[in-house]
Parts: sequence; C-alpha cells; structure tokens
Amino acid sequence: MSLAQTHQGPDYSHLDPIFGKLSWESLPFHEPILVVTFAAVAFGGLAVFALLTYFKLWGYLWNEWLISIDHKKIGIMYMVLGLIMFVRGFADALMMRGHQALAASGAEGFLPPHHYDQIFTAHGVIMIFFVAMPFVTGLMNFVMPLQIGARDVAFPFLNNFSFWMTVSGAVLVMLSLFVGEFSTAGWLAYPPFSGLDASPSVGVDYYIWALQLAGIGTTLSGINLIVTIVKMRAPGMNYMKMPVFTWTALCTNILIVVTFPILTATLALLTMDRYVGTHFFTSELGGSPMMYVNLIWIWGHPEVYILILPIFGVFSEVVATFCGKRLFGYTSMVYATAVIMILSYLVWLHHFFTMGAGADVNSFFGITTMVISIPTGAKLFNWLFTMYKGRIRYEPPMLWTVGFMLTFVIGGMTGVMLAVPPADYVLHNSLFLIAHFHNVIIGGVVFGVFAAIGYWFPKAFGFKLDAFWGKVSFWCWFVGFYLAFMPLYVLGLMGVTRRLSQFEDAAYSAYFVAALIGAVLIAAGIAAFFMQLYVSIKNREQLKDTTGDPWGGRTLEWSTSSPPPYYNFAFTPRVHEVDAWWHMKKVGYKRPTDGYEPIHMPHYTSTGIILAGILTVMGFGLIWHIWWLVVATFIVAIAYGIGHTFNYNRDYYVPADEVAEIEGKRTAQLAQES
Amino acid sequence: MSATTPSAEAPEFFVRSTHDHDDGHHHETGTMIGFWIYLMSDCLIFGSLFAVYAVLGNNYAAGPSPKDLFDIDMILVSTFMLLFSSITYGFAVLRMQMNDLKGTQLWLIITGLFGLGFLYLEVLEFTHLWHEGATPMASAFLSSFYTLVGTHGLHVTGGVIWLITLLIQLSLKGLTHENQRRVMCLSMFWHFLDLIWIGVFSFVYLTGVLL
Ligand code: HEM
Ligand SMILES: [Cu+2]
Repeated sequence: MSLAQTHQGPDYSHLDPIFGKLSWESLPFHEPILVVTFAAVAFGGLAVFALLTYFKLWGYLWNEWLISIDHKKIGIMYMVLGLIMFVRGFADALMMRGHQALAASGAEGFLPPHHYDQIFTAHGVIMIFFVAMPFVTGLMNFVMPLQIGARDVAFPFLNNFSFWMTVSGAVLVMLSLFVGEFSTAGWLAYPPFSGLDASPSVGVDYYIWALQLAGIGTTLSGINLIVTIVKMRAPGMNYMKMPVFTWTALCTNILIVVTFPILTATLALLTMDRYVGTHFFTSELGGSPMMYVNLIWIWGHPEVYILILPIFGVFSEVVATFCGKRLFGYTSMVYATAVIMILSYLVWLHHFFTMGAGADVNSFFGITTMVISIPTGAKLFNWLFTMYKGRIRYEPPMLWTVGFMLTFVIGGMTGVMLAVPPADYVLHNSLFLIAHFHNVIIGGVVFGVFAAIGYWFPKAFGFKLDAFWGKVSFWCWFVGFYLAFMPLYVLGLMGVTRRLSQFEDAAYSAYFVAALIGAVLIAAGIAAFFMQLYVSIKNREQLKDTTGDPWGGRTLEWSTSSPPPYYNFAFTPRVHEVDAWWHMKKVGYKRPTDGYEPIHMPHYTSTGIILAGILTVMGFGLIWHIWWLVVATFIVAIAYGIGHTFNYNRDYYVPADEVAEIEGKRTAQLAQES
Repeated sequence: MSATTPSAEAPEFFVRSTHDHDDGHHHETGTMIGFWIYLMSDCLIFGSLFAVYAVLGNNYAAGPSPKDLFDIDMILVSTFMLLFSSITYGFAVLRMQMNDLKGTQLWLIITGLFGLGFLYLEVLEFTHLWHEGATPMASAFLSSFYTLVGTHGLHVTGGVIWLITLLIQLSLKGLTHENQRRVMCLSMFWHFLDLIWIGVFSFVYLTGVLL
C-alpha cells in the first residue's frame, strides 16, 4: 500500500448504496455444515413459533416476561440466554475437539482452516460474553435484591434495557453464522491481524459491534446493581451484615464499571482503524499494536474476576447452608474479596510477558499475580473450615462445591506456574494455557453456576430440582472435565500451541482422542442437566417447596415464599445480624399477617426491548456498511429514547387489598403445612 | 436467647409502617448516585483516550506536530466559552432553587448557546486542519488527537441535545420533582465535560505548543 493510500483511509467508492457490503455471496451456501445447521435452526425456530402460536402464548410471553422489569424475571431471562448460548458454544467446542482428534491422527479433519479459526473465535467470545456473563449477571439480578430485602433494583427499566442489549449482541453473533462470517482473530481480536489489511471481511465487525452493544448493557447493569446495594439495603443491614454473595456482587459490579469503559474505548479505537483508517493499532505511521494488547488486558484480567467473584459468593452461601453452620471467617471473606478486586487491576501484563517489557516489569507483574493467590487461598480455607465439623448434606449444589474446591486448586496452581515469567516464555500460547484457564473457568464459573442453579431454583420456581439427575450431571461433568483438559497440559508441555487445526506429529493422537472422549462425557453431563430439568418439571408436585425455605437457609431470600410475590416482601425486613433469616428463625420471629400497606412499584414497559431491537438493526447496518440504515436507525433510536423521557407516569401503588390477598394465601398454606 | 422460646424483647423484624421510611426520597438520591457512577465510567473512557494520546501523541510519522497545527488563541476563546457555560449553568441551578422557572430557563438557554459556540469553533478547527492535510489518517498523533478532542465534542453535542429536551420538558411541566432532578443530572454532566476539557486544554494544547 502506498503512502498516499494509507493517508486516505478505506476506499468506500465500490459500496452498493443500498446494500453496502451485503450480497448473495454473503450467504454461506457453499458450506455444507452451515447449510445443515441453518436448516436445523430454521426448523427448530419454526417449531417454537408454531407451538407458541398454537398455545396462544405470545401475549403471555410478551406481557409477563419480555417487557417485565421485575428483577427476578430479568434474572431468569439472563439464565435462559446463558443456557441457550452455552449449547451453541459447546457445539463449537465439540466440533474443535472432534476435528483435532482426527487431524492429530493422520486424517484431515472435517473443518477447513478458515472455518476452524472462526469456530475457536466464536467459541471463546460466546462462552465469555454470552454464557458466563449472562449467567453471572442473571444470578446477581435474581438473588441480590432478595438478599438485601429490596423490592426491585434501583432502576428497573434500565435493568430490562441492559438485558436486551446483551441479547442484541448475542443475536449479532448468531447472525454471523448465516449472514457473512465471524471473526477469525481469536476472542480478543489482536491487531494488526484484526485490522483491515489482514481481515477485510465483516467478521471482525460482527465481533466489534456485538461486544459494543452487549457492553453497554453490562456497564448499565453494573451501575444499576451498585446503586441497588448502596441505597436499598433493608434497615439495619450495614455493610458488615451483608450476605457474602451480595458483597461479591458489589465488588464485581464495581469492577464492571471501572473496566468495561476501557473495553468500549479500545474497541472504538479498533473501529476507527477499520472504518476511518486511523493509525492507533496499525504497524504504519506511528500506530502500536501492543497498545491494543495492553488496553484489552487492562479490561480482560479484571473481567475474569468479574466472572469468578460472584461465584465465590455462591459457594460461600452453599457451603454455609449445606453444612448448617455460619460461614467461617465472614470478615476475612469480605476483605479477601475486596483485595482481589483491587489486585485484579494490577496484573494485566502477565498475559504478554513475551512482549519483552524487560525483567523488572515482568517481575513486578509476576509477583502481583502470585500475590492474588493469597486472598484466594484464604477463601479456600474459610470454606474448608466451614465444612469442618459441619453436618454436611451432599445435595447436588454441595457436590458442585466440593468438585470446585478440588478442581480450582489445580487450576490455581498451574496459574501460578504461568505467572513465573521464564516459565511463561515456554508455555505462552500453548495448550498448557488453554488447559489452565478452562481449569479455572469450568472448575470455577461453570461448576458454580450449576451449584447456584440447584440452590436457587426452588426459590425461583417453587420446586426443587431432581437430585438423582443432578448427581449424574455432576459426575459426568467432573470426570469429563479431567479427561478433556488434563491431556492438554501434557500436550502443552510437549510444545503444542493453541489455535491449531493441523498436526504433523502422530505422537499427539492419543491425547487428543482422550480429550475428545472427555468432551463427549461433558456432553452427557449437559444432557443430564436438561434431563434433570425435564424430570423436575414433570414431578414438580412431589418436589414442591411450600415453606419458602427448602434447604434451611440463612439469608433473607429464604424468608419469603417460593416463588416470591412480585413485590418480594410485604413488609421490608429489619436486619440485626449477618445471617438475618437464621437469626429470625432462631429467636422465633412472627410473620405479620395484617396491617398491609400499599406498595410502590414500577410499571412494565416495552421501551427496553424496542430500543435494543432498533440498536441491533443499527449494528447490522454498521457491520455491512449500509450507511442509510445506520443513520435512520440512529435517529429513530435517539428520538425514541428521548420520547421515553417524556413519560412521567412510571409507577403505581399496589393496593393494600391485593397484598392482603396474596399474603393471605401464603398464611393459609403455611398453616396447612404445620 | 434460646432457640425455642421467643423472648419478650425479641427485636422488631419488619418495617411495619412506611411513615418512618419514605420511598420516593431514597429513589431520588439513588438517581444522583447512579448518574455520578455513570460519569465515573465515562471518565474512564476519557482516561483511556488520554492514555492513548500520551503513548502515541509523539508519533508524528514525519507529518505535522502540535506546534505546526494548534492555534492556541482560538482554543483559548473556546475554552473560556466552556468555562463560562459552567458558570451560567450554576446560575440556572441557583434560580431553580429559588423556584424561578423563567430564570432557570433563561440561564439554561445561555448555557446552551455557549455550548453551541464551543462546538462551532471546534468544527472550524477540525475543517481547517483537515484542509491542511492534517487528517486523522495521517499519523498516530493525529488519530489520537482527533479521537480525544472529538469524543469530548460529541459529548458536548449530546449535552446540548439533552439541554434542548430539558427546556421543552421544563416548559411543559415546570419545576417538578423529576425535572429538578434532571436539571441536577445535566448539571453534573456539564461540569464534568468542563473538567475533561481542562484536561484536554492543558495536556493536549498547552503542552503541545509549549514543549
Ligand atoms: C465445556 C467444555 C469446553 C470445551 C470442551 C472447550 C474446548 C475448547 C477448545 C478445544 C478450545 C480451542 C483451543 C485451541 O486454541 O486449540 C477452546 C478455546 C477457548 N475456550 Fe473453551 N471449551 C469449553 C468451555 C469453555 C468455557 C465454559 C469457556 C468460558 C466461559 C471457554 C472459553 C474459551 C476461550 C476464551 C477460548 C480461547 C479462544 C481463542 O483461542 O481465542 N471454554 N475451548
Ligand atoms: Cu490475567
């Protein structure tokens, strides 16, 4: 490229004025795998559509769920989104595992390299942004307001909007399967490869706009949940009486608010490079690709703590409940969480020791990384001491917790190995690294999410999950995980790098085949989970929870009915001790049965889903360079958003009679019970 | 206290009456805190752009440098426009606290005009530079310059649009609770942009021509 050209930026003169870059060639008719997938998805979608229409469920779905601003329903919708995307992300993983097992055994495998690259990128992006994040956000949304005795979050409408922005990103990623293609630049899209010269197709643009839209939602929801915790705790619940899960939620949301803007800015600069032709991260005219790598990891490392901190909170709740003991070392748990939150901001460079910043810089970041293992270790001992002499009940949530404690320690230790710069020079970008982070992310986040689903499911739906299938699922996952990822440590030490689709050396074959078998076992674990859902729904009468407190819980969410009424608490609780509900049970509280007052609640609104829908279309226009569409949707979105601020009628009072009626039913049920 | 007999002095576990706990009130402060946190997150976007400018701002790629480009006198004028607009916004808030709708609106309009004046000068500067060949595509320095200053300009544009919306809402509903809260939120936003601009002015323009 000549100098004059680099000065001018991208050439848009050949763009179609109506369709931008979009054309018939954008549809992947030549990829049999995609055609079959599309047929399956289209068929499945049609079936769902037909069923909803046949049972006349559209109105119910729209009025009770999609436009709902009830934090519990939004939380559940986040979990559903996470589950759906998990199936997609896991399908990608299975394809990679299958392909690599073949490719390492002398065959060619079934994925052409270009397709393989899209798959590992999509897998990473989906698993982090559209599986783990929705799971964690969904849990915080559902559980935290109940734990602090609040009736909703601080900004209920914003909460709905945030959710739909996350969906919007997920929709764009899914769309890239069938319209155009996805990025091949890995889950963090390092330049210069993600720049226009090396990646001229729309793949990276799908990546950028999906993450930008979802990122807006994440940041807004972070702000929302912080304000909720700061302003809406029940009277008497000072900070050192907050449940541990709420503490971890607070720290996580602070991390979200202080890091996601950096991701937004970084992606915006990459966008400038691609769309305008600036030179932030190019290798020409003074740009610096390593600047991108620094910025993205300043967001990226805290991001992994955004995922794991609330999960530490989950395990803390589960351990205390299923051991029938107060959590050991509440105060140290809180401080450990806060210290991890701060330290997570000081370690980002360990992701690229090989940049060659020098021995002093590398030692600094190596040491800060190792220091994080101290508060993390403290947490582990706290959980162990809580179990010590406890009356442990091995229900599925507790199984996941013990599985986590074993697995996470192994992952943590290989992490410390990677934190040693000279060792990292050897292990960087190898399958050892892949094994390490799956070790902590599956052993931590995924196990934790399953523990949380088992634990809070009865609260959300009023019946427990079937324990047998829960245990089947756990054991398949547990064994499957070790089989799938331990061989990767070995392969990494043998020198196999990540993101490879072809292999020369037959010595790897056995390990890749073992990893494939592990992944198949995990698939069985996932199937068992869905079986668990099915069996539980079928037997919901036997599994019913009429008390609201099926496990003998300790925190306020167990003080209300299962599922809770939409206003959560007829009377706002007053808190005196850390385990507020345990304390209430201990001193024999009396549930008030009269004197109800009107309750102040917000109206549902469809603004969130509509606005997010418009912005999704705008994202599509940006990806395909359909400028008129971008301008049109942008103007409509602004006008619509401003229009919403002219609506002053946003809340109402639930009449005391209605509260009395709902609470009266529960009083009768509880009386019948005892 | 034993586990079975509820003691006589068992503590109160529920808020039985909403009189001692006003719902509407805490919502109000919630919005202000929420908005303040949003501003802090926005501040980090600017922080990233400043950091990028700090790292790449000397990479002229054999092109023009700040000394060749910046017209510090004009920047000073626009800087004062923005500073004055913060003061006039302060007057608007004072008027609002005296419950003077007309005065509030008048000062808000003056604030908006200063904002527009600032934007006009910025557009003038950008078009001038562009015609000189100093485009954002010319070097990493210019890329980061345009992006940092332009992002601030986009925020001011957003602020002006918000201000116009708010003026309409004030004329429709007067100084209601909600509207007062909105005036206060925009106030924070406006002063925040002023602060950022002081950063831009000293860090980009002043150091650019002095060093
Ligand atoms: C459930 C079982 C899973 C399996 C079998 C699996 C398998 C894989 C495989 C084979 C790769 C590619 C390794 C390579 O580059 O050679 C990969 C990469 C990756 N996985 Fe997973 N994975 C699983 C779950 C997850 C989860 C739960 C997450 C995160 C929440 C995750 C995040 C990632 C990321 C970020 C990458 C890197 C993508 C890149 O190279 O850009 N994975 N995984
Ligand atoms: Cu890290």
